[in-house]
Amino acid sequence: MSKRLRILAPLIATCAAAGSALAAAPEPWRLGFQAAASPVMERIEELHNLLLVIITGITLFVLGLLVYVALRFNEKSNPVPSTTTHNTVIEVLWTAVPVVILMVMAVPSFKLLYFMDRAQDAEMTIKVIGHQWYWSYEYPDHGDFTFDSFMVPDDELKDGQPRLLAVDNKVVLPINTDIRVLLTSDDVLHAWAVPALITKLDAVPGRINETWMRINREGTYYGQCSELCGVNHGFMPVAVEAVSKEAFRTWVKTAKKEFARADTDVDTNLAQVAETGTGAR
Amino acid sequence: MYMVLAMIGGVVGGAMSWFIRLELAVPGIQFIDDFQFYNVLVTAHGLIMVFFVVMPALIGGFGNWIVPLMIGAPDMAFPRMNNISFWLLAAALILLVTAGLIGGGPGTGWTVYPPLSNAEYHPGPAVDFAILSLHLAGASSVLGAINFITTILNMRAPGMTLHRMPLFVWSILVTAFLLLLAMPVLAGALTMLLTDRNFGTSFFDAAGGGDPILWQHLFWFFGHPEVYIMILPGFGIISQVVSTFSRKPVFGYLGMAYAMVSIGVIGFIVWAHHMYTVGLDVDTRAYFVAATLVIAVPTGIKIFSWIATMWGGSIRFDTPMLWAMGFIFLFVVGGVTGLVLANAGVDTAVHDTYYVVAHFHYVLSLGAVFSIFTAFYYWIGKMSGRRYPEMLGRIHFWITFIGVNILFFPMHFLGLQGMPRRIPDYADAYAGWNMVSSFGALVTALATVLFFFIVYRTFTAGEKVAANPWGEGATTLEWTVESPAPFHTHEEIPDMGGRQPAE
Repeated sequence: MSKRLRILAPLIATCAAAGSALAAAPEPWRLGFQAAASPVMERIEELHNLLLVIITGITLFVLGLLVYVALRFNEKSNPVPSTTTHNTVIEVLWTAVPVVILMVMAVPSFKLLYFMDRAQDAEMTIKVIGHQWYWSYEYPDHGDFTFDSFMVPDDELKDGQPRLLAVDNKVVLPINTDIRVLLTSDDVLHAWAVPALITKLDAVPGRINETWMRINREGTYYGQCSELCGVNHGFMPVAVEAVSKEAFRTWVKTAKKEFARADTDVDTNLAQVAETGTGAR
Repeated sequence: MYMVLAMIGGVVGGAMSWFIRLELAVPGIQFIDDFQFYNVLVTAHGLIMVFFVVMPALIGGFGNWIVPLMIGAPDMAFPRMNNISFWLLAAALILLVTAGLIGGGPGTGWTVYPPLSNAEYHPGPAVDFAILSLHLAGASSVLGAINFITTILNMRAPGMTLHRMPLFVWSILVTAFLLLLAMPVLAGALTMLLTDRNFGTSFFDAAGGGDPILWQHLFWFFGHPEVYIMILPGFGIISQVVSTFSRKPVFGYLGMAYAMVSIGVIGFIVWAHHMYTVGLDVDTRAYFVAATLVIAVPTGIKIFSWIATMWGGSIRFDTPMLWAMGFIFLFVVGGVTGLVLANAGVDTAVHDTYYVVAHFHYVLSLGAVFSIFTAFYYWIGKMSGRRYPEMLGRIHFWITFIGVNILFFPMHFLGLQGMPRRIPDYADAYAGWNMVSSFGALVTALATVLFFFIVYRTFTAGEKVAANPWGEGATTLEWTVESPAPFHTHEEIPDMGGRQPAE
């Protein structure tokens, strides 16, 4: 283990830093994050790399001490044990030094936390609603159309579609735009997560959660539901297709025709609820 | 008896995790095609390992056996209460297993988050059974905690002041207080969930004005101290073992004792770091980041004090010492990933991924379980009167150490790549590390088989041991009575007046 860690730690660092590889989906045998595609993700990677150096240092330091102690103070090399049980200086030191290290970690951590909380002036909003077991999306700023997004089952996969990640309707979003994401759920807890963009937030029934993202590059980004939501929890992926602003405008025009408006959809939902009734509970 | 229960629990819980790893060994569906069953396995594995393996082994088993011996008392203060607390736990285990077999089973995760655990999404009696099981286990723990607090506060030998108690006793005392304060909160939350499910209340149902997040606050207010309930006795055990085999008193005794107390206290005010992505206010998250990072300080004091105890010592590497050193290293690895997770920003990236799974298995599966093995090899002579086979013990350690690292270390990579927890099948890109991890599970399984063989050999062919097999380093009172310890010990009350602090 110790050996593995020592070999792997720098590897992780390099892999995490090598953002040039354009990964928007998980890749085999990779050790670090998926390549960052949003400003938030870039900063998270930065902080994580700092933390990784610190924690690897701590681990190696403790390992070194353990090995030294085992070699130097074993029965053979040190037959007579010392009787020291106190040393105020060192006790103060090993309390104070960790505090300093924690400060070093905490300051950038707080900066990041407040930066990623919500967008200052979002240019558009999408609503994400979790269901057992699919996502639906609404575009309130673009004519309020809505559609559902289901996973493509294994036997219907086309060439190049990743198994368990591909969906029938991707969420199409423009790049270089501050996008406000509003999340809620229709039934149980879900979590909407896209690793490369670092949006991960729970969808909670009765609450609307807010986060934001800004996509740097065109491409398809995959994610998965990240809160246990029942039988098919592992089978409700998220797929975001990031396109240029012009392509997005064109897509909106066709999407408006293709998909129903959200408000009518809500009405039918309500009607269904009224029909089936909730008295069963 | 607690130990037997813990071993049964360990086999059941372990078997479940091996099923999970087998299913996840390669992409695609292997043999679990009912995903509800997969979720039930995940749930039951968590609950059994927490409530029916680690807790009964450390607190029920070693706590009940060793604490009275260490403080010079004949037995626990309330032996009959101890009895009912054991049988409540046995009943709870049966209820939990029953829950898994009826009505589709509870596929909710051990956190039992509503609305998924509500009647609407889990009809049938399975979740109700699980709730009742946890109620009984909780009642059992509270009774046990009262028993420990009474015993430790009232039945110490003359001259054994609080500041002369062995650190294991300190750890059990702190643990008992945590249990006493945390368990009732869980019981309250469980009762609310039970009435939500059966009597039409809506504490956690948004449609009725309730809030599913309330459950998470209540659950983790119990859940985080619960984590320390599982690891603190381990800290105590490691302190005893490190001191014994270094033939040196514990370094910085008072610091060690109060580090545990402060871990216990801070443990109550960090619960929402399990909830960074539920949509908490950003200032709230900032507070919980700060509070969580603070825990690293007393934990660091403990790690460094153990090393300082070994420093200048004359260390003998018997099996218990190997396990103790393994514990220290693996706990550090688990601890530093905890530092990463404490930062709400980075946590957003790895929350509910395998990174978290790796983290808590390093601190619990490798922390708490390693301390259980440490204690087993350390005290089995005292408990059974027979010595374990030394060579096999060492082999057991090395196989386990290698196995668990192959098993859990790749999970960090999977988590960073974004593989979510609790999924029965994964995208093809995750195949490589999952395969490695499942191979590690196989190695660990072999080690466990070896462990049961060692138990068998110890009881059938182990040589008899004297009162103190560990020599001059073992200074605590349990080594002054014969092995195995008689039913009623310390008939002549030991006088601790002239002794040094039991460090």
